[in-house]
Amino acid sequence: MNSINGADSAFIILSTVLVMIMTPGLSLFYGGMVRKKNVLSTTAKSYAALVVISLQWILIGYTLCFGKDINGLIGGLQWLGLNGVGFEPNPDYSATISHQLFMLFQMMFAILTPALISGALVERINFKAWIIFILLWATFVYDPLAHWVWGVGGWLRNLGALDFAGGNVVHISSGVSALVAAIMLGKRKKLETITPHNIPMTLIGAALLWFGWFGFNAGSALGINAVAMYAFINTNTSAAAAALAWCLCELMYRKKITCLGIASGAVAGLVAITPGAGFVTPMASIVIGLVGGAVCFFAVTIVKQKLKYDDALDAFGCHGVGGIWGGIATGLFATTAINPAGANGLFYGNPKLVLIQLLAIAVTILLSVVVTFVIMKVINLITPVRVSSEVEQTGLDVSLHGEEAYGGLNI
Amino acid sequence: MENKLTKIDIIMSPNKFEELKDELGKIGISGMTVSNVLGCGMQKGHKEIYRGKVVDIYLLQKVKVEIVVCEVPVETVVETAKRVLHTGEMGDGKIFIYDVKNVIRISNGAEGRDALQYDYKKE
Repeated sequence: MNSINGADSAFIILSTVLVMIMTPGLSLFYGGMVRKKNVLSTTAKSYAALVVISLQWILIGYTLCFGKDINGLIGGLQWLGLNGVGFEPNPDYSATISHQLFMLFQMMFAILTPALISGALVERINFKAWIIFILLWATFVYDPLAHWVWGVGGWLRNLGALDFAGGNVVHISSGVSALVAAIMLGKRKKLETITPHNIPMTLIGAALLWFGWFGFNAGSALGINAVAMYAFINTNTSAAAAALAWCLCELMYRKKITCLGIASGAVAGLVAITPGAGFVTPMASIVIGLVGGAVCFFAVTIVKQKLKYDDALDAFGCHGVGGIWGGIATGLFATTAINPAGANGLFYGNPKLVLIQLLAIAVTILLSVVVTFVIMKVINLITPVRVSSEVEQTGLDVSLHGEEAYGGLNI
Repeated sequence: MENKLTKIDIIMSPNKFEELKDELGKIGISGMTVSNVLGCGMQKGHKEIYRGKVVDIYLLQKVKVEIVVCEVPVETVVETAKRVLHTGEMGDGKIFIYDVKNVIRISNGAEGRDALQYDYKKE
């Protein structure tokens, strides 16, 4: 019990469960946006991540991410099956909280990330294919990438790339992979007629995401300290600013502000601040949120319609685009005045950081695109990735899961 | 010659509705009333599973499309519906045809054939 700090531990335990609830929250956020006949299959995809990655993480995921570095590329297997992961802190990552707690906290990020991808693939991807997808994606995209960015010895970390809570590792990777998979999967039939079936459900999901994001960002400080408090303030501020920006864009573009817009804007802001939450000032987070909300609105409303890809629930539009902006913004606004362990960005006299950030973003995109492409091709050899036309028209809930969401038909 | 008004009800499976709507649009039918209904016929339903307990679902979800036509021939509508919805299996649906005594458009008081016509030139 020598260096373990009770307050830090309690805070990180809280943060762990806050991030955990984001995955079911995501299933509500997504669920409300699909048609009634597909809400359960959409929900199942997030819960599948919770189930599959909880196990993959303790078996192999954790050690690949945070194990002893091999050539800057991947962690070793010394912690396979949590072997050697004990109560005592691991000073490489967190001096004042238990090693086991750090592992658990990180697990929740590993769970949420593949779940985010499901948003682009809903209403037409086969469940079996999805299970295999998240298993392969977690092992071959998330685990290496997390090691490169956060692992001791990871090559992007060594280069000085900053990613406080997962802009690269979580949002750019999932957003870009989602886009690739969505394009390979193809568009849903009758896209023009699809509308959300339960927007209040989406708003409840957004609330849980915003609520949980405090654990996601502030908790990434791994203790109760000034950086955690700045991350806390920045998270809320960016969410609010982005929601405002999105709504103003909606007002200009459509003359009406929608609830779906408020929720989407807030999420975009939360994504955008994720890489820089513990490195920038609260005033900077206003700008980051405003730009993030506007840029994501543009990506979702205009670019998607123009380029005609079916990123069904805007996994790329919010997470990919938001994460990319957030990574660049970190290169602009980071300051050692907020976090001495960080670096200074362009606006604080250091133009190098932006370039390193851009490199990290490019690497993330490349890894995501290539590996996702390969995974999708491989899966299609084992089992069809896209459902048949009949299943798609009838709905995935009844066809794939034998379940009806709203009590069936009781007369 | 008095123009005959005919009502056509189509009870169908929900999954083909969008396709039917498109095809009806192509033969000149743009106005219709659509409702979610429950129904059963020869189709015995399907089974659902709740925590391991198998439940027989007898009343199935269907869509009812109600159309009133005058200019468009009834046969054309029926043929179109049959073409879109036919699979040969149970559950394809049914079409019911009725006489209509009158149709009134509320906004301008037009009756009969005129109430069904949309005057595009006015735009």
